[in-house]
Amino acid sequence: MSAPNVPDVSTAPPPKRRRAARAVGLLGAVVLLVVILVLSIAVGAKSLPLADVWSGLLHRDATEYAVVHRMRLPRTLLGLLAGTALGVAGAVMQALTRNPLADPGLLGINAGASAAVAVAATFLGVTAIGGYVWFALLGAALVTALVYAVGGGRGATPARLALAGAALNATLYSFVSAIMLLDTASLDRLRFWTVGSLASADSATVTRVAPFILVGLLVALGAARPLNALALGDDAARALGARPAVIRAAVIVAVTLLCGAATAACGPIVFVGLLVPHLVRAITGPDLRWLLPYCAVLAPVLLLGADVLGRVLGRPGELQVGMVTAVLGGPLFLWLVTRSRVAHP
Amino acid sequence: MSARTNGLSTMTVLRTPGGLSVRFRPRALAVGLGAAVLAAGLGLVALGSGDYPMGPTDVLRALTGGGSVAEQFIVTELRLPRLVTALLVGAALALGGAVFQSLVRNPLGSPDILGFTQGASTGALVVVVLGGGSLALAGAAVVGGLATGLLIYALAWRRGVHGYRLVLVGIGVAAILTGVNGYLLTRAPLMDAARAVLWLTGSLDGRGWANAGPLLAVTAVLAPLVLVGCAPALRMMELGDDTASALGVPLRRLRLVLLASAVLLVSFAAAAAGPVSFVALVAPHVAKRLTRAPGPNLLPSMALGAALLVGADLLAQRAFPGHQLPVGVVTGVLGGGYLVWLLAVERRAGRL
Repeated sequence: MSAPNVPDVSTAPPPKRRRAARAVGLLGAVVLLVVILVLSIAVGAKSLPLADVWSGLLHRDATEYAVVHRMRLPRTLLGLLAGTALGVAGAVMQALTRNPLADPGLLGINAGASAAVAVAATFLGVTAIGGYVWFALLGAALVTALVYAVGGGRGATPARLALAGAALNATLYSFVSAIMLLDTASLDRLRFWTVGSLASADSATVTRVAPFILVGLLVALGAARPLNALALGDDAARALGARPAVIRAAVIVAVTLLCGAATAACGPIVFVGLLVPHLVRAITGPDLRWLLPYCAVLAPVLLLGADVLGRVLGRPGELQVGMVTAVLGGPLFLWLVTRSRVAHP
Repeated sequence: MSARTNGLSTMTVLRTPGGLSVRFRPRALAVGLGAAVLAAGLGLVALGSGDYPMGPTDVLRALTGGGSVAEQFIVTELRLPRLVTALLVGAALALGGAVFQSLVRNPLGSPDILGFTQGASTGALVVVVLGGGSLALAGAAVVGGLATGLLIYALAWRRGVHGYRLVLVGIGVAAILTGVNGYLLTRAPLMDAARAVLWLTGSLDGRGWANAGPLLAVTAVLAPLVLVGCAPALRMMELGDDTASALGVPLRRLRLVLLASAVLLVSFAAAAAGPVSFVALVAPHVAKRLTRAPGPNLLPSMALGAALLVGADLLAQRAFPGHQLPVGVVTGVLGGGYLVWLLAVERRAGRL
């Protein structure tokens, strides 16, 4: 897509200085991410001092090698991947539907993936991540298409889309609990997974979902510029050289890949895709070329931060990350919707 | 006595010589009566079917005090409490749902979507995790539902409560509570977790008079209050807040009373049978489609809700011989299908 530069709506300082400030901000976000990554490896049932983290990572014969490589590192990498996926998916969905409340969790996409996984695990005997990532993608694709059909068109308001998503969530949730009810073995497996947790991560999971998430990220980042054009309306976008139908299809594919893979690996997680783009928009403004990289860096900070918090608060066990993000993200959602602008369609 | 039919809105007015008049829609009346008859018929079938099958006449004889001692025991002690619970839960959920949908002016604004049933579930799950009998569980469900209702109302309050803010706050609270519920489920031992999921789905297995009693009391008080006291004002509220206040409707007080009644009805229904999904969403819709009448259609909704739950329970018990499903599975599947269809239709009509 060779759309010319889209004029930026925000005013404030001249472009060059603003770009420099944003780049510095992004660098700061990356530093924050590195800190959280180290924390996520260090904190847990057995806390490791920084020096041990380092030796555990690098020296095969160190005593910490097993802890770090078998458990903490896959978990941290999965958090990084899933967080990035959810954050970017939320950001492009909000841009696509022009809806500030779009979030893969709230709109039922993650629940669609988890319902498909529940079916696969119970009726088809699929238990390994390699098998059910495909079902998760299928479920996510179906719900994404449905949500977009319901809420993406003209005349759809934030509240209506959120309501349609909540209704889908309720349906899928009751479906999953019906499955858990019919089969106690599924209940035991699924009840941990449906909260949203990084605890079951191993290196096989990470390598299995990573390709999907990376492809999804590339598609989403590639769509950033034409999506900016699309924000001006279909006609203006066409005039700028973008093809609206192609962009929409690309975004739906990206969201499906990102949410399906993330959900297959760690269960349905809400609010990450909502929270991060909102916080980031306050820094970068609506330009997706900056918004998406920021989200990709800051969303895993939130997810891993929530995970570390869950490990600290839940000692000697842990609180599942899905529960922590729900409790952290919920109040922000409530704050967003009680401001009068969103609440009055 | 004279009857006059207004050709435009199919409204009928009956007048007595003494100056009393009653106004009704024949179609709505027919739907309400039809649903009530359907509920009664399904109830008769439910009372007669089971490991000891009985014909309708035998059931009626046992109900009126005849028949053998065994038959009387089976009908009045084993099957009747379950049927009464089903009827009451269906009616209470449908009434609560109709009030909610009318209050928030959205066809999807039902208590299972707005967080109230999730709140009741949280209360019940806390009891499951901490350990406690079924009475404590029911009590905790009521407390949880009420507390959530209060929380949502307080959060949505800004110089009055408006429909959309209530919806959005409800969705947010529902999402938070779903996370909390999932967490609580992982804290319970597996056997208790299975019991909790059964409760969360909604089941009528083994319901006795102790379950039906509190719900009966609450419904007996609140249903007349809503139907007689608030329904006319609710109909005016659907014209819009400004018009309604111009017509003399005390908006704030009315909303509070209606919301409190609906939350109480739903919470007690959840305490009796668990949060049976989608009855509150579907029954008022079907009522509206059948009666083709504007307004909340409270009475037809109640009758349809009762018929729906009894029918679903019958289906859940008999659909797979040798394997009893909880009623919530049936309503969940039916309701989910209906919802997808509804989203498509309402979207095309531009109402959603």
